[in-house]
Amino acid sequence: MAFYLRKLLRLAAVVFTASALTFLLVALLPGDVAYEIGGPDATAEQIAAIRAEMGLDRNIALRFGRWLARAVAGDLGTSHRSGEPVLQAIVSRLPVTVELLLFSQLIALGLAIPAAIISAHKAGSAIDRSVASAGFATLSIPSYVMALLLIFAFALRLQLLPATGYTPLSEGICPNLKGFILPSLSIALIEWVPLMRVLRSDMIGTLQEDYILMARAKGLPTWKILLTDALKPSSLTLVTVLGLQIGHWIGAAVIIEMIYALPGIGRLLVDAIFSRDFLMVQGCVLVITVAYVVINSAVDLLYAVLDPRIRLEPKNG
Amino acid sequence: MAEALAGTVEIRRHRNAAKLGFSFWLPAAWICLLLLLACSADLWTLPAYDHMNFSHPAAPPVTRSEQWLPSQNGGLIGSPYTYWLGTDTLGRDIAARLIHGVRVSLLVGLLAPAIACIIGGTIGILAGFYRGRFESLVVAAMDTILAFPGLVLLLAIGFYLGPGLQNLIPALAILIVPAFCRVARANTLTWAERDFILAARAIGAGNRRIICCHILPNVVWPLAAYGLLLVGVMIVAEGALSFLGLGVPAPTPSWGGMIAAGKEVLDEAPHVALLPAAVMFITVLSFNLLGDRLRELTDIRNRSNTE
Repeated sequence: MAFYLRKLLRLAAVVFTASALTFLLVALLPGDVAYEIGGPDATAEQIAAIRAEMGLDRNIALRFGRWLARAVAGDLGTSHRSGEPVLQAIVSRLPVTVELLLFSQLIALGLAIPAAIISAHKAGSAIDRSVASAGFATLSIPSYVMALLLIFAFALRLQLLPATGYTPLSEGICPNLKGFILPSLSIALIEWVPLMRVLRSDMIGTLQEDYILMARAKGLPTWKILLTDALKPSSLTLVTVLGLQIGHWIGAAVIIEMIYALPGIGRLLVDAIFSRDFLMVQGCVLVITVAYVVINSAVDLLYAVLDPRIRLEPKNG
Repeated sequence: MAEALAGTVEIRRHRNAAKLGFSFWLPAAWICLLLLLACSADLWTLPAYDHMNFSHPAAPPVTRSEQWLPSQNGGLIGSPYTYWLGTDTLGRDIAARLIHGVRVSLLVGLLAPAIACIIGGTIGILAGFYRGRFESLVVAAMDTILAFPGLVLLLAIGFYLGPGLQNLIPALAILIVPAFCRVARANTLTWAERDFILAARAIGAGNRRIICCHILPNVVWPLAAYGLLLVGVMIVAEGALSFLGLGVPAPTPSWGGMIAAGKEVLDEAPHVALLPAAVMFITVLSFNLLGDRLRELTDIRNRSNTE
């Protein structure tokens, strides 16, 4: 129990630090935020009103307290560019990013698991070595290059799939999915490699266990041993890596959303940076970071639940 | 325990130098070429990288221009001038832009890990050597930095400080300090338990002497290997920011920016995007190959297998 409590405390501390840094991001911005929001034509009264509204004339600790209290209540302010409440803007874009991340994870797993099983089964063989080399090379391709290659091949040359554009789910599942194939592939075709590596090395370990030998001795077919007896105990680390990689995936999603013109949270963030929409940037950074930290901790805890040995090991190995 | 002498590091390095192989020397040669190009970028007889030739926009490779073009070191060149790698959407010479882009990529790619290596390495060694409360504090601080998703932190810092190399490099460095810190700490922890440290202490060496003469020479190699692996990551990250238009400001050429510009004409003139993409891929792959090789040779976990 103490283990989980410590983990939760740490999570709370990190979330608090992250939100404090996000707050400072705008609070310490060089120049006067009130003038930026008011625009060049703002009168002195308007500036004063903005200052009072945002509490800019008060002590920074007080402002942080007020901001945090509001953020917890779900009020991240209103964008001074579009007049849209920040939280509402984020919530309306979130499903696109989540769908993109889910699809790319599915595709990446679909590539990584068979490749890892084959590589582990024939460790050291030509297949294993070519999978490893292909993986090594793909890791050197940035996701934006992969996206351009895919657009070039599948959208421009073969004309199979749309290059950009997003169809909401309400207009039919098929067109919606079609728009997600290339974006998801752009992430998955790179990110499957770490998953494959982890699963492969774990499986090689598992395949040397005595009970695998036993299963072989009983005459079970190889594919059955690989898929049922070896895969499950080997996938523990895979789950963790899947969680730890999520930061990577989010970063990739930002760029991929820009390239494929998907209205996700990454695009919202970059657009907000370009239009210097402070509160929107702050909101996006806060939501993404907190989500990331929570997912990571959840995976951490899940791992501890699945594998009791973790709970007993010293904290800083 | 007989090998627990500080001198073994030296021997190991010599023994391994012989078996570095093709996958080490080829990428090394490519990187040397890039370094040479970065240093000599201004000396070549090339058009100025920001000269726009509007009669040849997005020209394919090996296009001949009959005009006089302003050279990058003053004066005029050409008539005819051959665009060996073609021009980009604004009619600028891709060869000149690629060569000048090497500077940005290498500067970011080498400087950010170097800064992070010095800061993170120092903190990590001290944390691993002195342990105690300082170590817990360092670990907690590094975990907090790692708690941010990388690119989002980078975008946030970029938003705060504004674009430009002078802001980009420190931001990237902050991002990877925790990684170096971990490697340095983990390595220091294992080395600090070795017998030769105890021996050094027995003959009266102080903490500073032990760190500088016995820990540092052993920890520096894994750190360097890790640094090389991060060079590629940094080049990709700089490219990503420039691709989004948040990296190096125009007209300074950067590979990421060039790829982004070529995206618009991917159908008619794919070379505008794909040439810089290919150069970036080869460069990142080279650094990864070098780093991977060096890591294999220096990784503590591999020691027991190879010896």
